[in-house]
Amino acid sequence: MTTEPVVRVRDLRMRYGTNDVLRGVDLEVHRGEVVGLLGPNGAGKTTTIEILEGFRRPSAGEIDVLGVDPLVADEAWRARIGVVLQSWRDHARWTPRDLIAHLGSYYRPFSTPERQRPLDTEEVIDLVGLGDAADQRILTLSGGQRRRLDVAVGIIGRPELLFLDEPTAGFDPQARREFHDLIHRLTDLEGTTVLLTTHDLSEAEKLADRILILAGGRIVANGSADALARQIRASAEVRWTQDGQRMVHATQDATAYVRELLGQHPRGIEDLEVRRASLEDTYLEFVRAHLEDREVVRPVAPALVTEERR
Amino acid sequence: MNARVHAIRIGLARGWHEFVVGLRSPQDQGFYVFFGLGALGLLWLSRDDVLEGTSLTVPQVALPSLLAGIIVFSILVGPAYALALEREDGTLLRSRMAPYGLHGYLTGLGLLNVLGIVPVAVVVLGGSAILFDGAVPTDPARWVVAIGAILLGVLATLPLGFVVGSLVRKIQQVTTWGMLPIVALAWISGIFGSMEALWPWVRTLAQLFPLYWLAHLLRYAFLPEAAVVGELGGVWRLGLGVTALIVWSVIGTVPATLLVRRMARRQSGAAVAQARDQAAQFVR
Repeated sequence: MTTEPVVRVRDLRMRYGTNDVLRGVDLEVHRGEVVGLLGPNGAGKTTTIEILEGFRRPSAGEIDVLGVDPLVADEAWRARIGVVLQSWRDHARWTPRDLIAHLGSYYRPFSTPERQRPLDTEEVIDLVGLGDAADQRILTLSGGQRRRLDVAVGIIGRPELLFLDEPTAGFDPQARREFHDLIHRLTDLEGTTVLLTTHDLSEAEKLADRILILAGGRIVANGSADALARQIRASAEVRWTQDGQRMVHATQDATAYVRELLGQHPRGIEDLEVRRASLEDTYLEFVRAHLEDREVVRPVAPALVTEERR
Repeated sequence: MNARVHAIRIGLARGWHEFVVGLRSPQDQGFYVFFGLGALGLLWLSRDDVLEGTSLTVPQVALPSLLAGIIVFSILVGPAYALALEREDGTLLRSRMAPYGLHGYLTGLGLLNVLGIVPVAVVVLGGSAILFDGAVPTDPARWVVAIGAILLGVLATLPLGFVVGSLVRKIQQVTTWGMLPIVALAWISGIFGSMEALWPWVRTLAQLFPLYWLAHLLRYAFLPEAAVVGELGGVWRLGLGVTALIVWSVIGTVPATLLVRRMARRQSGAAVAQARDQAAQFVR
């Protein structure tokens, strides 16, 4: 990515009383990227996002969102960002259609020839898949329908940058899958830059082009899911049972290793299994490394690491 | 197109929409009818009493005062409750996310509460017209004066509602800081009866607030000239009343603007989530 970053944060610090929540966060998000901010509970994900949205004053740091410091940003800046909030019981008597159209109308004075604002209400209702629920009272919507409404409201102003904080918390797997499809449609359609927080690893892996892991108030890892997995260990593990003993071998080239293994032992190899390092392994290693205040375990020369356990 | 003016226009549409939606809701209908019938019941209790030194019945004299009480109560407590509630449940935050959304939200909130007077007034005035002879004026000129006074009273009170709503930490505090003071103010402002029995300093205190002056102006609009004997000092003080209401609307706007801005700045998704968690936790 060579474009000017949409979000640029330098040495962001946040302290509540004597508690340092953020201790020098640096991050960049480029135009059109989908970036996932991942981290354990209490790591400061929400704090970070709310600082970028202009809702919190950081204790220190340089913050630039769409070229402006969010704290001094004006309403024209606000028209360019979208925030997907978690609805609770607001606007209970409104219908989604009325609410989306109402909130969208605020963006009309900020329409430009390149970026017409707001989006068409009907199109947005279709896009998020609200369907028949669009004319029910919001009070009567299911959790999944509410989140669709939240997304619709977040994007109605055709934002250049969209924030999603724990967008699928409390979703069932079906609703989660549908929500992921929706985010893909969004980013494909508009080239919208997205910054989302989650503690669901598979979600980050599915949605984000790039993952930032926030732990102990710092970004401890930054890269695509694959790149992160490669950083900590050989890219695959081969497991098998030999003479009743469970064997594990880490390797960069699982195919060659398996061929060699089976060549050497024409019989006696059972339960052969090749497993790629998952993002979960990566994530836990980064968080653990941080907590134990040590370097993450990086691969030694491939095919030399052989752990054998009973 | 000026975006701020545009947002205020959207806010007016918002207030109207919420009013119309509310009219269809049994909850709001119930509130309007209960409030209106309560006021009528109060008047009914003194239907046979006569104002000393005149031929005016007490319901006649009390109706404009009570109307003033209802208006000030609605315009102060309504927005205060709404602000305290809607900043916790995320309504305000949603609007705030949009450009100039706070302008629109506050405009809508103001208009909704002003419109909310209408159903109550219809019940009270309609009921009084049927129950109490001559209590409701028929002369259009009197209505022009009455509506002018009501608009001034609304403008003088609305900022106070925003101030109370912004200052309270929890919705329950609106009762302490909004409702109780208004009821106390109503007692000392002669809404429920004569002020003659009150200490002079209490009467002076009452005249510092907009409620007394709105009630005074409405009595002037509703009652025949003879009713002036019931007023403090036995005179109509129209100029002073109008001035007092205008002064309140002007000086009220400054703290209201500052406090609402401060309150809105503090809202965020996390604040709403915290309120949601607290609401779910009954025992603390």
